[in-house]
Amino acid sequence: MATQQTQLLARTLLTPAVALLFIWMIVPLALTIYFATLHYNLLDPGSETFVGLENFRYFLTDPAFLASLQNTLVLVGSVLAITILLGVPLALLLDQQVVGLSIVRLMVIAPFFVMPTVSALVWKNLLMHPVSGLFAWIAHLFGLPAIDWFNDAPLFSVILIVAWQWLPFATLILLTALQSLDEEQKEAAEMDGASAVSTFIYITLPHLARPITVVILIETIFLLTVFAEIFVTTGGGPGLQTTNIAFLIYSQALIQYDVGSASAGGLVAVVLANIVAFFLVRIVGRNLEA
Amino acid sequence: MGQITLQGVQKSFGPVHIIKGADLDIADGSFVVFVGPSGCGKTTLLRLIAGLEDVTGGAILIDGRNVVDVPPAKRGLSMVFQSYALYPHMSVRGNIAFGLKMAGIAKDEINRKVEAAAATLNLTPYLDRKPRELSGGQRQRVAIGRAIVREPKAFLFDEPLSNLDAALRVQMRLEVTRLQKQLATTAIYVTHDQVEAMTMADKIVVLNAGKIEQYGSPLELYEKPANLFVAGFIGSPKMNFVTGEPAKQQGAATVGVRPEHLKVERNGQGGWPGTVSVAEHLGSDTFLYVDAGPLGMLTARYVGELGLSPGDKVSLIPDPARIHRFDDSGKSIHA
Repeated sequence: MATQQTQLLARTLLTPAVALLFIWMIVPLALTIYFATLHYNLLDPGSETFVGLENFRYFLTDPAFLASLQNTLVLVGSVLAITILLGVPLALLLDQQVVGLSIVRLMVIAPFFVMPTVSALVWKNLLMHPVSGLFAWIAHLFGLPAIDWFNDAPLFSVILIVAWQWLPFATLILLTALQSLDEEQKEAAEMDGASAVSTFIYITLPHLARPITVVILIETIFLLTVFAEIFVTTGGGPGLQTTNIAFLIYSQALIQYDVGSASAGGLVAVVLANIVAFFLVRIVGRNLEA
Repeated sequence: MGQITLQGVQKSFGPVHIIKGADLDIADGSFVVFVGPSGCGKTTLLRLIAGLEDVTGGAILIDGRNVVDVPPAKRGLSMVFQSYALYPHMSVRGNIAFGLKMAGIAKDEINRKVEAAAATLNLTPYLDRKPRELSGGQRQRVAIGRAIVREPKAFLFDEPLSNLDAALRVQMRLEVTRLQKQLATTAIYVTHDQVEAMTMADKIVVLNAGKIEQYGSPLELYEKPANLFVAGFIGSPKMNFVTGEPAKQQGAATVGVRPEHLKVERNGQGGWPGTVSVAEHLGSDTFLYVDAGPLGMLTARYVGELGLSPGDKVSLIPDPARIHRFDDSGKSIHA
């Protein structure tokens, strides 16, 4: 297979694709690094000057940075917890034989196909709206005052929306894993006298360790950069309560027009994402080893 | 104690009748093998006894108690699965101990029992390994260890050796038989391999299309098959069946002669003449496939070497005392 000719051929044929990918990645990165060292404000074009690491100092000492870092971590952690803690029982339910299962499965999976912007708008205007929303109507039925979700619990509301979107993904991955669990193993546990709960704890849950790891890793990558849901619902507010790192960078660049500081923020975000990835792989990546 | 009785046990999956009424008496301590072609219902019957399937009708008695409505774990049986079904994330120790742990037995007693079982099965050096780090034969022994440690009333084996290579299968066959004799626990063993059935069983149950064709000791089945199916299924190479004139002479619709009961004579007189079409030389034996004209293809076994090659004329003389006679419905006629 790997003779010298085939290796040469493979390299030659791969080169254009690899080169394109490389350029695609390196040009934006290089420009971002370049911009991060400039005083570059869109309101004052043509006045770019080299300022060294000044933008980084500005971004990192901004009180908004620590607040948004905390919001990012809370958002990622909460959504992960909700999707897995609800995803496992949901997957167990969907693994049962019931009438109309295919329709139920379709409905469970549907939220994943709704665009983040659309689902955020639906939640904001049809469900959580304090005057015309469904939740307010339900609260009135019980004689309770309506909750003004985005004012009273803004971060929690965003977490709810994002978790609703990602729950199907977790459920789907866990469901396929459940279906690959050897039937004879469950029967062996039954013969061994294990109750349903013991079978779940000793047989099913260890079997799910790997797919749960996959869910955590993939979701983390996407949850670190949640943007549309925040932009559409709260706009990062009230104050900084729902601003995460991605939204903070956006506001630096396109609300304050400070391209230099936004670029510095972008590079900080890259480093942060890598730190998170490093610890994640350390903590949960063990499960991926065969 | 482990006496198991089946009374008119039936099982249907929807309109399909898998087991059409099985009656069976399995004595305590005996080794009973269910054998039959694939799809005959032997595994289903085992799973009914285990409680992994619900019966459609009839009763299953273990030590005189009807267990039809008793969950599997409460029947006091343990099972060795075809795929072994070891718990992949547990060590060998964890696997063997799982049933005891579920039964709520004290830790040091579990350890004592697990170590005793491991010693019996030569698994002691592997107690802390995971199943994936073991060979096929070792996994098989862990599965057996998991079964014996619970000290069940009976072992149920579901084609446990079918995933092993030929040499290992022969060795494990011996080990399983020896272990069963040593523990003197009732065992029910499912296989499609009639050699396994003949060598291991105290008694064999031959199943065909959901019915018990015959229940008896290996030699009974070999010497007095109840019908054509059993006669053809037990014994290797297969029994020769001849219809027509030679059968009529014996007062039967079909006569059967085992290959080892056909005397082969080169250019001989009398008996059934034919031409050798294939000769298989095993050294110890020779299997001859003989084209006997109107009688069809006959198989003969000759102990030793006769130096025959394809095309040679031979005569096959059946041993008159070893001719099996069958009537129109395929039932055996006993003189």
